[in-house]
Formats: sequence, C-alpha cells, structure tokens
Amino acid sequence: MAKIQLKSVSKAYGNNKKVIEDMNLEIQDGSFTVLVGPSGCGKSTTLRIIAGLEEVSSGEIWIGDRLVNDVAPGKRGISMVFQNYALYPTMSVRGNIEFGLENMKIPKAERKKMVEEIAEVVDLTEYLDKKPQNLSGGQRQRVALARAMVKKPDVFIFDEPLSNLDAKLRGQMRTELIQLHKRLGTTFIYVTHDQVEAMSMGDEIVILDKGHIMQQAAPMEVYHNPANQFVANFIGTPSMNVLPKSMVEGKTGMITDERISYIGFRPEHADMQMEKLDTSGINLSCEIITMETLGSETLYLVNSDAGQFQVKSFHAPLIDTKKVHVTIPMDKLYYFDTQGNRVFVEEIPFQTPVREARGEVLV
Amino acid sequence: MKTSLPLKVLNVVGLIIMVAIFAMPFIWMISTSLKTLGETMVFPPKWIPDELIWENFVSAWNSGPFLQYFINSVLVSVGILIFQFITVIPAAYAFARYEFRFKNMLFSLVMVTMMIPAQLIFLPVFLNLSDWGLLDTLWGLILPFATSAFGIFMLRQTFKQVPEELLEAARLDNSTDFKIMMKIMVPMAKPTLITLGLFNFITHWNDYFWPLVMTTSEKARTLPVGIAQLRQVDGGVAWNILMAGNVILVIPILIIFFFAQRHIIRAFTYTGVK
Repeated sequence: MAKIQLKSVSKAYGNNKKVIEDMNLEIQDGSFTVLVGPSGCGKSTTLRIIAGLEEVSSGEIWIGDRLVNDVAPGKRGISMVFQNYALYPTMSVRGNIEFGLENMKIPKAERKKMVEEIAEVVDLTEYLDKKPQNLSGGQRQRVALARAMVKKPDVFIFDEPLSNLDAKLRGQMRTELIQLHKRLGTTFIYVTHDQVEAMSMGDEIVILDKGHIMQQAAPMEVYHNPANQFVANFIGTPSMNVLPKSMVEGKTGMITDERISYIGFRPEHADMQMEKLDTSGINLSCEIITMETLGSETLYLVNSDAGQFQVKSFHAPLIDTKKVHVTIPMDKLYYFDTQGNRVFVEEIPFQTPVREARGEVLV
Repeated sequence: MKTSLPLKVLNVVGLIIMVAIFAMPFIWMISTSLKTLGETMVFPPKWIPDELIWENFVSAWNSGPFLQYFINSVLVSVGILIFQFITVIPAAYAFARYEFRFKNMLFSLVMVTMMIPAQLIFLPVFLNLSDWGLLDTLWGLILPFATSAFGIFMLRQTFKQVPEELLEAARLDNSTDFKIMMKIMVPMAKPTLITLGLFNFITHWNDYFWPLVMTTSEKARTLPVGIAQLRQVDGGVAWNILMAGNVILVIPILIIFFFAQRHIIRAFTYTGVK
C-alpha cells in the first residue's frame, strides 16, 4: 500500500507539445482515485507516468517514500489492467497469470498455489488451461484482473478497463471493482472518460483538462461544489446549464458583483410549472423544444429569453404543453467569471431585492 | 455460388492445364528414373516404363558417397536455419521495437544487401573464406548465410504488428527484454518463422551454385553437387540414373511439404497477427 505523489511533473512530446504541465497530484494511500476528463486531457499519460511506461520531461514521482523516476515499471509495485486487456495471446490463462510471478522468481510450487487461489477468487478455475481467444470479453477482463491481483501490488492501475464491455457487464464489473477495492484496501487509480463511471466508483475524483488538474475532490463535492465551469459542465448528466449574465439580468435585477459573468444551475434544480408561481428565484417563461422521457425522470430542452437550457423533472411528463414557467431558486445558482472560474459570493448578488424583482415580473 | 456450365468447364480445363504445366517435369523425372537407359531415348517418349527399374536408385546412391552428401546437406541446411534464427530474431526485434541512433540508416543498409545479386559478392566472400581457411568445409557453406536480410525484414514487419500494450504489460510484469522476445514475440510470430524456416531450408537444400564453387572434395559436397556429378558417369549422360538421383534429392522436401502443408498454405495466405 502506498500513497502516490507527482511533484511538478511535466511531459512533452517531440516539438515541445506539452501534454502535462507542472502537475502536482497527491493520491491517498488506499483511495479509489478516478482520473477523468475528455480525450486528450492527459489522464492516460498521467497514469502511464505513474506506471513507468512513460518518462517524465521534468518533475518527481513518489510511490510511498520512494522516488521512482528511474525505477523500471516492473519494480514499482504496480499492477495495471489495460483497456484491451493485453493478455498474452500465446499463453494459457494460467501462463498469463503466472508470467509476472515467474519474473519475480517465485518458486514453482508456490506459484501454482497462488495462481489457483486467484483463479478461485475471480471464478476462472475451469478456464485455467484455455487460451484467451477462447474466452468471452468478461472472462478476459477477469483474467486481466487476476493477473494484476496475483502480484499483490501496492497500487492498482486501470486504464479504461470497462470500455470494451457491453453496458450490462460494465455495470456488473463496476460493482465488482468497488467490492474488490473494499476487500483489498489497496490504492486504486482508475482512468476513464465516462463521468458516470467516475462518479459511481471513485472516492476521489481528479478532473483533468488539457494537462491541468481542474479539481480534485470527492464525487459529491465535485458535483455540488465545482471549482470551475469546466467541472460543472463535465460532471452531471445532463451537464450544468450556464447562461451569460446579461441574458439573466434583465428581469431578476442587475448583478452587483463585477467578477461574475456567467450564471449556472443544474437541470434538476430548475422547477417547471404550468402556471406562474409566487416563489423566489429566477423566473423565466419558456417554450419546450424537445422532451426525453427516461421513466423516472423527464428531460426537457427549453427556450427562454435567457437562452436555451435543460430541465430535469421528476414529475409526470408534460406531454401536450408548450408554454411553461421555470423557476430556479437563488440558492441553487453557481457563478463563474470570464475565465470560467467559480466565483464564491457571500450573499445573493442581485441588486434589486428578490421580492421586488418578482413583483416586476408579475406586473 | 452458382456458375454457369461453360464457365465451370473452362475453369476446370484451365486448372488442368496449370497442373499439367507444373506437374509434367516432375512426373517425367519420376518416370525417367524408373526406365532403362535405352528407354529414355525412345521417341515418342513413354510415360510409363515397360519395366520399373528400381535398381536405378541403388546405382545412383552407390555411384558416389551419397550418404556423406546427404549428411552434409542436412548439416548445412539445418546449420543455416539455426544460425539465421539466432541472428534474425534479435535483429528484427531491435529494428521493430527499439529506438537507437542510425536505426533507419542501418535498416536501409540491411535492405540494400537484398538487392545485390549473390554472383556479384561471391568472389570477395570466397577470398575472405579462403583467408580463413574455410574453403571446402561445411562452415564455408554455412557462415555466408548465417543471417538473412529478407528474414530480418519480414520478421520486423510481424514484430511491429504486436500491440504495444502487450509489451507494456510484460514490462509491468517485470519481464526482461530477452524474455519478452522469446516468450511473447516469438510465439506470436510463429507463422512467419515457419515460413522463413521452410523457404530457407528449401533454398539451401537445393542450392547448387555456392556448394559448387566452395567445395573441391567429397567431404563437404552437398547432394545437389553430388547429383550433378552423376552426369559424368560413363562418359555419356545416364539420364535414368541422374533422375533417380534427383528423386533422392527432392524426397526430403516432399516429406516436409507433406507434413507442413497446412503451415505452408497458411504462410502464403498469412495476413497478420490478430
């Protein structure tokens, strides 16, 4: 078990094309940390740097109390599960699991015992002598897991391991991985581009964009308290609605805080009604453009004076309605500056008292 | 698939002609090897001899130290095979998977050697081997072919197709490069290696030119040279004995074809590592 630290790590390819720039990252011992971000954000590179498959251009990598910059991948106490499993095709399942142990010079009898134990754990005992190409996707995934687990590493690394599985199996493997983490208590680092996976699996999420860390926090913290517009957009389905302040200002009142230039709110915090309601908040009259019924909830795309945005409602779908009224409570608003950074305010930053503003709308 | 009758007939006729073109010399060789000397001269030629003269094989075998030739042939062909695998596999691995200075230049150099005809370099090689005192020895027949540019080229292509992830997984499994090469790359390149091995074996088993110029005595001669000498038996050419010798020459290759047929066909239609 080990904590991992990246200290001002940079990675550039060829002509100074920087993939990661001055990254400082600390991954707690025993945590399930998910690196998430759009493609090209540097999450896989970060992972590969930790694994030692990629050399850093500058900076330090610490695993536990060991500086591992010059330590070979096989000697870092890391096991990795690859996206395409990377099973050795010419070896049997047993050979695949055993290969790493063999290289660790573990005696044969002991190896055999370890392989059989781990096969038991991942439920592969009857497949031990099969070749990977004769296994299903889920079974291959389990072989990859077994191969990683059998070495009893300090750190597990997962590079989008579930993206090749179908939706049902993916859900199942997700739960299995969470359970595995609980059981082993080892540090897990997990890379994915799927924010749902990130939210549901991690106890810590690191959101990356263009080689920079956007935010590192627990899933609910990231969701309720995004550090910037990027995180607000990236986490949550559908993503946060962000409207320019000028579009919202008119009816609700002028914004006093000069730092603010965008206002955001979650689709599920917008309250949709047929009639104008006497509640406080931003009131907008809207027109429904599209509707997606998802069973327990309904997603609407609506058009208003303030622009288009999405609303998530847990009420019965409004099938024949076109015109609706949307209210967003003041305390559910997020504010961002021109750079997209979060602006934290002490009190509601609208000039006109909310009550008067509403009165104006009602006239 | 449905084909019209005339097209089918045309197809079959075409195939028969092709088979005839390729098989005829071969059938003639076997037929001649079983004739009397007189019968080989008959016109029009007979396909099936009146009497099968099996003794021709005994005469051919006994007309020189054929056992020695045979052993030499085996040693040379197998020796070349072993040496080539020892040199070609690491070279191909390095060219496919390592970054080092002058890599492209060195690889081009290897490729250039493929384009120089053997007849051009045989004299310098000959002189070289003569300096080392290797003329008329089996080493002189093996060493010039101890590596193969074509082999390096072909194996490099195969190695390049192995997904990088596999090598990374192996590295994380604390594997040495040598072990990656032998336990992961080589097993995956098996079809290519079999192809190379077969081509190699057949080429060097049948090679006539090099053993002819390199050897002056029976102790290092190989079968093709020995058989060519059958022409000089008794002044005139004893075609029946000569053909019997040729049959002896091709039998080992036929046996290999027989057992490795599946691999050979796959080798030719082989497209890549999955």
